[in-house]
Amino acid sequence: MFDLELTEEQVLIRETIAGFASDKIQPIARECDEKGEIPQDVIQLGFDLGLVQSAIPEDQGGFGEERSAVTGCIVAEELGYGDLSIALHLLAPRLAAYPLIDGGTSAQKEKYLPAFAESFHAATAAIVEPRFDFDPMNPAATARRENDTWVLDGEKCFVPLAADSDLFLVTAKADDRVAAFLLERDTEGLKVGEREKNMGIKALSTSTITLAGARVPAENELGIEGSFDVARMTNQGRIALGSLAVGVAKAAYKFALEYAKERTAFGVPIAQKQAVAFILADMAIEVDAARLLLWEAAAKLDSGEDATREAFLAKRYAAAACLKITDDAVQVLGGHGYIRDFPVELWLRNARGFSSFEGLALV
Amino acid sequence: MIDFDHSEKIKATKELIHLVARDAMRPISREYDENEHSMPEEFWKFMWEASGGKPMGIDSSEADKKGPREGNVGACVTVEELSWGDAGLYLTIPNPGLGGAAVAAAGTPEQKERFLGRFGEGDPKWAAMAITEPHCGSDSAALQTTAVRDGDEWILNGTKIFCTAGLMAGEKSDGFIVVWATIDRAAGRAGIKSFVVESRTPGMKVIRIEDKLGIRVSDTAMIVFEDCRVPADNLLGSAEVHRSTEGFKGAMATFDATRPLVAASALGIAQAAIDMAREELGKRGLTIGYGLPDAQLTVIESDFMQIESDVHAARLLTWRAAWMMDRGKRNSLEASMAKAKAGRAVTRATQKAIEFLGPQGYSREMLLEKWMRDAKINDIFEGTQQINMLIVARRILGYSSKDLS
Repeated sequence: MFDLELTEEQVLIRETIAGFASDKIQPIARECDEKGEIPQDVIQLGFDLGLVQSAIPEDQGGFGEERSAVTGCIVAEELGYGDLSIALHLLAPRLAAYPLIDGGTSAQKEKYLPAFAESFHAATAAIVEPRFDFDPMNPAATARRENDTWVLDGEKCFVPLAADSDLFLVTAKADDRVAAFLLERDTEGLKVGEREKNMGIKALSTSTITLAGARVPAENELGIEGSFDVARMTNQGRIALGSLAVGVAKAAYKFALEYAKERTAFGVPIAQKQAVAFILADMAIEVDAARLLLWEAAAKLDSGEDATREAFLAKRYAAAACLKITDDAVQVLGGHGYIRDFPVELWLRNARGFSSFEGLALV
Repeated sequence: MIDFDHSEKIKATKELIHLVARDAMRPISREYDENEHSMPEEFWKFMWEASGGKPMGIDSSEADKKGPREGNVGACVTVEELSWGDAGLYLTIPNPGLGGAAVAAAGTPEQKERFLGRFGEGDPKWAAMAITEPHCGSDSAALQTTAVRDGDEWILNGTKIFCTAGLMAGEKSDGFIVVWATIDRAAGRAGIKSFVVESRTPGMKVIRIEDKLGIRVSDTAMIVFEDCRVPADNLLGSAEVHRSTEGFKGAMATFDATRPLVAASALGIAQAAIDMAREELGKRGLTIGYGLPDAQLTVIESDFMQIESDVHAARLLTWRAAWMMDRGKRNSLEASMAKAKAGRAVTRATQKAIEFLGPQGYSREMLLEKWMRDAKINDIFEGTQQINMLIVARRILGYSSKDLS
């Protein structure tokens, strides 16, 4: 039966994360963006909220809570509302941990998961490739089998926290299938490049990585030879990214709304002018529309059905809405939107990235 | 708990209505579009018998049952399917319609029984609502039709236009028209009341049926009231002119219930266009590459996905507004969001679908061009695109109609 009521638990999670986002993240977002780094204490606070360890099985030291993509949407939206860079940093360990939980063998889980439950453990996924026509289901990176070793070649970019990570989840084409591999930091042939200089998400450290005949033991293919579902991981990534986009859009919408009520022109608040009021109304509609599309895709994913179409369309919709809303927010603020004293230009820069990000399976 | 799946009951109804739309509506669509003002009497008879005079798919017994209600969500699903068949024909289906919604929203229990009880019995009946006047549409508070008390009666004088199903409700069946009029012009909005005028009441006359861009089978009436007398107890709600605008607001609340239905009708047209475009493109070997990177998508695929998402986003906003009604939550904001989004989405979707199919889409051999013409009404009636945006803006800003007009 159609229902949009959150569970009590979801309401609690939303309130907790929303409070964290507005009290701890938003106030430091500008400074983090300018400096290109995120303070340790905020990372610790984020970890203490259970963002990573909640889904890790009790056997591996986590809380063993059942994961729901819908709840994941709520968390991602509220963190994105705080700041996209900080959200991605806090959630980055999930990039390796969640695929392990979903598709890892017992041995893989035993070996790698406990570290995620102990403390903030820098780990990441290398999915995106520096090509204009990158397709997560058809990567250019290759994996070639040599006896009991996989040999990986290729280039990846937008790899969050690569500089500090001990564990990399890497996707590559193995014959006619896409597979995911677990690469430890000291893997021969794995090279972490310079930190990338991006237009937005500047507080998040991302790097390119090069795989030049990187040798991975056969048992480090995630799952058992081809059992890992990369398509599902891609869908999770799209839903997570879409929800982060909703959060960024919501931040811009709310800021523009309050600004338009305060700022006067021709003797009245500019919000009393239809030209501005209609922009705000449109923002409100599109934030809700994008969120509902993502929740629907997430609910479908949770039910175990194939959510490829829904996840793809919802992420695409949210990315476009986020770009439009953040751009409109700059417009509502006018010159004040363009200067770095206000946060809206930062949101616009961050929003532009959603069309380039892929495969960050954070829900 | 978040759930986007409909109940088994709604799913079953949807399947049934889809067959009605496909087999009883689509085959006569073109005929009644080309022959404006002709009446699909067989279709009406079929629908009247099939639905018992109730909007199809709505279970009126539901209120007595235990568990959460879903009548409004169900109605949206039904209306979308019917409009997938033909949105013009959907508007002509004999039922209480907008007039009934006004009675249900503002009437006393006695009035509800007196005016709505007749549906489901005897011959097909219609009810309509008359608000718009030649000089005012969106600014309904500026209406000039007057109601003056004379003994046990109200005397109505004025002219109403753009009254959907006005002819069927006011002259061709034993239905009624809900007429908005002022009993005290000096009181402004507080003086505006709604009156039920029974079909064929002396002094009420349909003087013109409009020729339109689309939804041609639906009659759009101009109605003149000349010393039209109605019983005192045909005034819906209270005759007292309060300082507040409660009466007007109450009447406006009718729209909270009807806007999701109008949005749902828009979605039906949009889905029809999307389905047809997908099918025709498929015949030419063009499928939509969900999941592919932008660089591998054609412009048509990219545009197609955009309209598909836009329409589906409008659908979810519509269901949300209806769901809120079912749960007894106030939904003015959400109803206007849905209506504004759906009107825009269907207008764009039908226009794009024609573009996809080129000359074939433009030809009257296909129904697509008709759907584009039908679609446009959704940006206009039940609150224009702009009025709905204004309502959304006021709500999110916490502004009154004085703060933002």
